[in-house]
Amino acid sequence: MSSGLQLAADAADKVPAPSIEYGKLSPMLIVFGIAVAGVLVEAFVPRKARYVTHLVVALGGMAAAFGAVLALIPGVKDSGGEIAAVGAVAVDGPTLFLQGTLLLLGIVSVLLMAERKLEPGGDAFAPQAAAAPGSAQEKEAAAAGLRQTEVYPLAMFALGGMLLFPAANDLLTLFVALEVMSLPLYLLCGLARRRRLLSQEAALKYFLLGAFSSAFFLFGVALLYGYSGSVRLDRIAVATGGAMDNDALLLIGLAMVAVGLLFKVGAVPFHSWTPDVYQGAPTPITGFMASATKVAAFGALLRFFYVALPGMKWDWRPMMTGVAIVTMVVGAVIAITQTDVKRMLAYSSIAHAGFILTGMIAANEAGASSTLFYLVAYGFVTLGAFAVVTLVRDAGGEATHLSRWAGLGRRSPLVAGVFAVFLLAFAGIPLTSGFSGKFAVFQAAADGGAGSLVIVGVLCSAIAAFFYVRVIVLMFFSEPRADGPTVVVPSVMTTAAIALGVTVTVVLGIVPQPVLDLADKAALFVH
Amino acid sequence: MNPANYLYLAALLFTVGAAGVLLRRNAIVVFMCVELMLNATNLAFVTFARMHGNYDGQVIAFFTMVVAAAEVVVGLSIIIAIFRSRRTASVDDANLMKW
Repeated sequence: MSSGLQLAADAADKVPAPSIEYGKLSPMLIVFGIAVAGVLVEAFVPRKARYVTHLVVALGGMAAAFGAVLALIPGVKDSGGEIAAVGAVAVDGPTLFLQGTLLLLGIVSVLLMAERKLEPGGDAFAPQAAAAPGSAQEKEAAAAGLRQTEVYPLAMFALGGMLLFPAANDLLTLFVALEVMSLPLYLLCGLARRRRLLSQEAALKYFLLGAFSSAFFLFGVALLYGYSGSVRLDRIAVATGGAMDNDALLLIGLAMVAVGLLFKVGAVPFHSWTPDVYQGAPTPITGFMASATKVAAFGALLRFFYVALPGMKWDWRPMMTGVAIVTMVVGAVIAITQTDVKRMLAYSSIAHAGFILTGMIAANEAGASSTLFYLVAYGFVTLGAFAVVTLVRDAGGEATHLSRWAGLGRRSPLVAGVFAVFLLAFAGIPLTSGFSGKFAVFQAAADGGAGSLVIVGVLCSAIAAFFYVRVIVLMFFSEPRADGPTVVVPSVMTTAAIALGVTVTVVLGIVPQPVLDLADKAALFVH
Repeated sequence: MNPANYLYLAALLFTVGAAGVLLRRNAIVVFMCVELMLNATNLAFVTFARMHGNYDGQVIAFFTMVVAAAEVVVGLSIIIAIFRSRRTASVDDANLMKW
């Protein structure tokens, strides 16, 4: 009897172990698992076998995680979504939709990273990142035929963070996911084989500005915690409904968290890193960042505003409307002046961030679903476009200066034609996914009472169409230069990535309805 | 003592850090200023935990420290790589790309 009492007293002292729903978290757990396995592969597998082992582990793991996402769908359909891991992770429609998208984008990105037929010396990554550019050590590493294989585990860690980012149901998890996603990306940006100074500069700029913005994010989290006494999104939502007198904490906290998230999506005025980082980073990494990071960050942005702050709609909507307008205008206008393909695509991605924000600001269910659809469409177009950029090369590596692309359509009509399809999709021409996406977000915004945004959006689309079409004209209607770049024939991996990009772009343009329906069903956030 | 004073201190430290990031020229010092901002945030978290009477804020402070440590590893490696190739850690010299 007394021992029983003693046990009960002991139990009362102890913190009860939280119950973790491992099955619901399985997509993320699998991806983090293969990331850790990738580190072990790097340590123990002989150099010759590493590349293949990494590829099998990464691609197999992502496919398994995608299967796990599919397996979770029926449960979420029945329950409408559940909160897992003691309130830290929400497994609901938007989470699964975005995780599925992210995993597909991740698979395509790894295919691009693994391409080894384009670069004479190996792949797109520096043989030894620690060796200073131009040093004897670097030449030795290149002569020895060293290949960087650490990119695969790094990319998997980043992808794991991205999977967690739109699923995070409290601000602490959101912060940890933000860092897990960003830290590997900072490193990946600095690993380019060619133009290493540019690449390192990109890594430095991305890192310093990223750390700066995440400090703002975290201080915002602190203020929201101070306001509501919790970092859980649903409790913050409850607190904003009550009559608290500390509105300053709430509003400043909201703005600072928004700064951190808007930095990640590359919205003006937090966009200044985007062109430099997109230009300097190795092109497969640029494609990965431009597509997957944006998908993850918009997922988090949606959840933060739709779940935590629906009651503050009239406070955050004007702010976000301003940001969206400036983002669209600046992105579209500055893109016109660009002379580098990668930089032009970077500014175009800024303009697209503005278009996606338009859908988010609608703040209704159509807003969420159209944003989800736009993200799928945009992600595949972007990856495909950057994949084409890796093919056009000259002696110095990728020929990214736009003038070098003159007449490309006469030399290699297929590659130029594919790139033209992607550009038309960016411009939002009918029968491409870009049109379906833009139509969906503008319609949602118009229904949600953001008519001014729609007008600015359509005008900016027209401005943007100018510079996309200008590139097409340059490729097809000017004389090829005698010393122009050549289009290298890639291996089956890049070919598959580009083919998938074109297929998704055209299919979502002609028959968008199935995916629109899917996004519609998936658009309900669990509270 | 009124716990709000610690919040004012946290806000002040955060501002000093943010000003440092914008004004200083050495990448290492810029990075130290970011760390100062994170530490100011920690102070705010702990103070709010005390004011609310729950432990969430204190636990978050530990998370922040771990994340900051991970950030140092990544950040210093990038800065050192830049320093080895350029012999300078000044952020003004990292100007190959503009506009």
